[in-house]
Amino acid sequence: MTVVEVLFLLLGLVAAGSALLVVTTRTMVHAALWLVVTLGAVAGIFLLLAAEFVAWVQILIYVGAVVVLLLFALMLTKAPTGPQPDLDARRALPAVAVAGLVLAVLGTTVVAGFHGVELDLDGAVVGSAQTTGATIFQQWVLPFEVLSVLLLAALVGAIVLSRGTGRRGGE
Amino acid sequence: MPLWWPLLLSSLLFAIGVYGVLVRRNAVLVLMGVELMLNAVNLNLVAFDAYFRDVLHGGQTFALFVIVIAAAEIGLGLAIVLLVFRTHGQIDVDTMRELADREEPAVAER
Repeated sequence: MTVVEVLFLLLGLVAAGSALLVVTTRTMVHAALWLVVTLGAVAGIFLLLAAEFVAWVQILIYVGAVVVLLLFALMLTKAPTGPQPDLDARRALPAVAVAGLVLAVLGTTVVAGFHGVELDLDGAVVGSAQTTGATIFQQWVLPFEVLSVLLLAALVGAIVLSRGTGRRGGE
Repeated sequence: MPLWWPLLLSSLLFAIGVYGVLVRRNAVLVLMGVELMLNAVNLNLVAFDAYFRDVLHGGQTFALFVIVIAAAEIGLGLAIVLLVFRTHGQIDVDTMRELADREEPAVAER
């Protein structure tokens, strides 16, 4: 077993375990903090899979921005900081069944479909900032520009939604 | 490394995200489940990018695009959650039934 495989197994265990804690913990703030651990472990796996720039973007955007947004939302909605007994729906069994079914279908599909296929990471082109930037601005520049319009629309939409209803002029 | 290791981890994260979306009652925690699912998709994209040795780096580029879309989604989603909190006083998704289909209009005009 190589170093990469050992590291992948460790990071995978951390990611799966903390993801389970995200969806099962009774304290809302802890869920956001466990999400940081999950996203960080997935960023480490991205590094192992030769996707360097994606890993740093994951750290910057997800851990830096998204989790902070989630924490702010928890605070602004007056989320209690202590453990809450009623965070989950009363009947959790259907959710467990559906999630288990999803895992069974997806898991058997990927294991049956790619059993024995080796992921060769030796000599793989590392997706550094230079490589990724050259690719985005040469081959994928049109989707990139469309995404900037999408971000602008989301920005305007978020501002309109959070401006409130009472202070709109003329209504 | 066998290719199915990252793929199975991605399936596992996706299933955990599905469970979180289905079982949580707080809308912010539901959004956390959505984030887990989007991350599982990213892991899949990056794993296949490494497997195919794509010269265009389509997998990694799409993973970046998914991250951008997730950022836009979380911004809009949290704006909606805050708006719901302002109008209802709580963000329990089980109690939001204004959009349900009913025989007669039971909800008074707001």
